[in-house]
Amino acid sequence: MAKIIVVTSGKGGVGKTTSAAAIATGLALRGNKTIVIDFDVGLRNLDLIMGCERRVVYDLVNVIQGEATLNQAMIRDKRTENLFILPASQTRDKDALTPEGVEQVLNNLKDEFDYIICDSPAGIERGAQLAMYYADEAIVVTNPEVSSVRDSDRILGLLGSKTRLAEQGKEQVKEHLLITRYNPHRVDHGDMLNLNDITEILSIKLLGLIPESEAVLRASNQGVPVTHDDDSDAGQAYADTVSRLLGEDVPLRFHEAQKKSFLSRMFGGRR
Amino acid sequence: MKLLDFLKRERKKSASVAKERLQIIVAHQRGHRGQPDYMPMLEQELLEVIRRYVSVDQDAVNITLDSEDDCSILELNVTLPNSKDDT
Repeated sequence: MAKIIVVTSGKGGVGKTTSAAAIATGLALRGNKTIVIDFDVGLRNLDLIMGCERRVVYDLVNVIQGEATLNQAMIRDKRTENLFILPASQTRDKDALTPEGVEQVLNNLKDEFDYIICDSPAGIERGAQLAMYYADEAIVVTNPEVSSVRDSDRILGLLGSKTRLAEQGKEQVKEHLLITRYNPHRVDHGDMLNLNDITEILSIKLLGLIPESEAVLRASNQGVPVTHDDDSDAGQAYADTVSRLLGEDVPLRFHEAQKKSFLSRMFGGRR
Repeated sequence: MKLLDFLKRERKKSASVAKERLQIIVAHQRGHRGQPDYMPMLEQELLEVIRRYVSVDQDAVNITLDSEDDCSILELNVTLPNSKDDT
């Protein structure tokens, strides 16, 4: 039975799709059969980040409306074994998703996969609520910035009330915090919220910390999830995040400012 | 003198300002968590009705909804201004 994990945030542009792609890739690289589903109907982008935009024929809405089968719509990742992508529709609007349709799709995937990663759209409207409704766990992506933290708290409120688990009243969706675009230098200068402040305010457990990194833009430019760039700080930070998601105890990295050496100052050492 | 003050004053780090502001707003948001969707409207309309008779501030009305085993209790606290000032 697959574990359903929603990647959500409330605020847009904080790195949901980047994180969903990187984490799904990491899970697959560790041997888990994984599918990542784009719930952002009308504004799909996961296909671009995963580098499969030219292979999209059918999408989630086609499947829900019975115009295509799941097997026709699922795209097998070219780089990673065990990894599949289910893109969102570019032309329909958000009302094309129905709770029954989403449930049907997830039920059909549950037996075949180990992990189903739901990439939520921004906002707290229908699309975001459907992406989180059937989740067992949630990864809340937050930037060290006031509006992002506030929106994350709103999303935590919804996870605690507007999900199937919450409505059944038996257990809660397991909530994880993922801090992205963290800049330890600015934190040291007192110009950026530090990770303890954020975890204290939101009072959920930290799953991972992704430093602000040139590797992320490089990865999206190329359509290769940043997890594959295992020399980069962001790639390693996502690999750590995946390990923790799998229950391993991995120490935190990249949260302290590194002093640049004289040589790398002179020659502009990257990453 | 002013210049000296300016130099002596330690600038408050923006991150700690952000933290304080967030703690307040998040505490406020959580106070509203789990309450029915109609509560903000109910609060507003009750305030309007009260204002027809007494002039009270927005802050003077405090509404909470507590759930017990099989019923919910709507508690309404209104701080009225001193009646002497009223007339």
